[in-house]
Amino acid sequence: METMVVEKPVTYINHAHTVSSWLLTKDHKRIGILYLIVVSTAFALGGIFATLIRMELTTPAGDLLSADVYNRMFTMHGVTMVFFVLVPAVPAVLGNFVMPLMIGARDVAFPRLNLLSWYVFTVGFLFTIASMVLGGVDTGWTFYTPYSSQGSESNVLITGIGVFITGFSSILTGLNFMVTIHRMRAPGMTWFRLPLFIWALYSTSLVMVLGTPVIAITLLMLVLERGLHLGIFDPRLGGDPVLFQHLFWFYSHPAVYIMILPPMGVISEVIACFSRKNVFGYSFVAFSSLAIAVFGFLVWAHHLFVAGISPYSALIFSFLSFAVAIPSAVKTFNWTATLYKGAIWWKTPMMFVFGFLGLFLVGGLTGVFLASLGLDIHLTDTYFVVAHFHYIMVGGAIMGYFAGLHYWWPKMTGRMYNDTLGKLAALLIFVGFNLTFGPQFILGYLGMPRRYHVYPPEFQVLNVLSSAGASILAVGYVLPALYFLYSLKFGAPAGANPWKATGLEWTTQSPPLPENFLTTPIVTEGAYHYSKREIKVA
Amino acid sequence: MPDGTIAAHDEHHGRHHPALQHHFQDLDQQHEASTLGMWLFLVTEVMFFGGLILAYTLYRIWYPVAWALGSEELNIYMGGFNTIVLIGSSLTMALAVRSAQTGAQRATVGWLVLTIALGLTFLVVKFFEYKEKFETGHVPGPNFHFLRGGVESPESPHVQIFFSLYFALTGVHALHMIIGVGLMSVIATMAYRKRFSPEWYTPVELGGLYWHFVDIVWIFLFPLLYLVDRSHHIV
Repeated sequence: METMVVEKPVTYINHAHTVSSWLLTKDHKRIGILYLIVVSTAFALGGIFATLIRMELTTPAGDLLSADVYNRMFTMHGVTMVFFVLVPAVPAVLGNFVMPLMIGARDVAFPRLNLLSWYVFTVGFLFTIASMVLGGVDTGWTFYTPYSSQGSESNVLITGIGVFITGFSSILTGLNFMVTIHRMRAPGMTWFRLPLFIWALYSTSLVMVLGTPVIAITLLMLVLERGLHLGIFDPRLGGDPVLFQHLFWFYSHPAVYIMILPPMGVISEVIACFSRKNVFGYSFVAFSSLAIAVFGFLVWAHHLFVAGISPYSALIFSFLSFAVAIPSAVKTFNWTATLYKGAIWWKTPMMFVFGFLGLFLVGGLTGVFLASLGLDIHLTDTYFVVAHFHYIMVGGAIMGYFAGLHYWWPKMTGRMYNDTLGKLAALLIFVGFNLTFGPQFILGYLGMPRRYHVYPPEFQVLNVLSSAGASILAVGYVLPALYFLYSLKFGAPAGANPWKATGLEWTTQSPPLPENFLTTPIVTEGAYHYSKREIKVA
Repeated sequence: MPDGTIAAHDEHHGRHHPALQHHFQDLDQQHEASTLGMWLFLVTEVMFFGGLILAYTLYRIWYPVAWALGSEELNIYMGGFNTIVLIGSSLTMALAVRSAQTGAQRATVGWLVLTIALGLTFLVVKFFEYKEKFETGHVPGPNFHFLRGGVESPESPHVQIFFSLYFALTGVHALHMIIGVGLMSVIATMAYRKRFSPEWYTPVELGGLYWHFVDIVWIFLFPLLYLVDRSHHIV
């Protein structure tokens, strides 16, 4: 260090350093970082379970994990990834960080509640970890009765309680976001000037607020049923196990939209910035988010086509499941139209967007296959379903999350990461992902059931391909962790707006001030005003 | 900087109300945000109870006889008394909000204390109702019995489902009552310390919304659970 004193600007990071200044913070930006830490831990943990699953499946025999341990592995992979990564990743990490910045607010409407949400989330996660330490759960992440309520000898109670608790974090976050978007917008920030990410978060919050209480009460019933054997889900005592499936999917199908809508919002932001073009058909993209949130509540029984529901209701649910593809297609077409004649700027976030578009397309279209009644009977509980939802949840949601993380990282930390390594990671993830899950479509179509640790030898080639792909995928996921951490110390300073993006979050310094803006911004135009003729700065 | 971003001035407001949190522009914005937050919270509560009421509806359609038999076992006098108590507490709550609105500070405290007293009355009566169920073996679980003429009724498993839902619904409701009494105690203390004025009484108003919601849940639960077949059409 030279003797010259360099005056560093005050940021949300450096204005206080103690541990309690982080653990008792009410600043949405710091809370976003706290979520990032827990979600990343959960992602690593879920990844370890996935690794063990893929290792077991490289050979047809059950030689690495016993059937029982294998059941626990895929269950804990699912529970960790769904409830502690996919649901909170974009809203709780990125949403918390950038949403108030994007609407020109000082903070969310209820900062203390926001911190409480993080604590509730973390306590729920600790419960789930405790259940893993005690031996894990083997019911599948869906906790289907009556196996979960009487058959299973694993830690259903503790896991159920953990997920129950975590649900309240989701409810409170959704509530907080909705109120913030309604009441905290800066002067002049009308609904149709909002960034599309905000529309996506709003729609997601709607689903969180309406859906999550139902899974909470369902898990409570499950816990009571398992603890006291009441008979609510026990057919021998007159209870109905299918009722559990209805209640479970009433939340858990909309939960898919909790996972995918926020990443879709990220895609809209990034694609506009790196095509130097305003999003094509803004209001269509905005309303398609709401449409997905609403339609999403009306399709849950397509998970029950083989559970003995009436063929008439199956017919209607099949039709509605087709219908929900329409707003998703609207988005995809509009993004493509945004690219058209744009000045495409090949930076890391854009690479993830291209990955998202390709993978989400496959995931979405195979969803249409599964919505058709006849085909669904053939494909239910096969690897085709596994491949389909991984294309949506990992190919779609995680790709979108990474796009957002790479887009806003300079804003969050004030540092640039290595762009070449970023592009390499995007490429590795895209290739590795397709190699992992592409073969699973074929395996499923050929009839390989999910959730078994052994399989007939003729399926081995495709399974080895899948496991090989998973190793590439793992490298692709570890790489960002390394260059992100490296950038914290050695990255080039990002400046307020490294991407020359429009939108309020780029008008404040990076990392932002503790109070976000020096003065409340007054908004006079929409979030997107890109022009191709601008000079790009690499 | 886009041209649209001009300085807005927070400073000219001068003196801030002590209850105004710094991330809000003014008391109006804070009040509107809090109210919307409470309404949204109540929506989540509707969905929460909704799951249980769905299960109730399904099994009531399937097992009408068990529902009639189970409902008959509930103490309609205690339940009816509690219904009146809760409706009364809604009145005192509404009067508390009104008093806060008009700045009648002592009356606010009085009505809030009365509301708490009625809430506690409800809970005490509920305790004796539960106690009775424990004594007669109507608590679902390994010790559940439902005797008709001295022998275990064939409807017993279905009646157990009725009682499971009875305890789940009224239990969750009672939990809300306990939280409500705690909430009211905090608000009454604030009122006693003269924290509210016609300009700012948001906690009283929001506490009131919550209290009325919990009352309304009971207004639904009472007929659903106690009045299934009192005129003996089914059994």
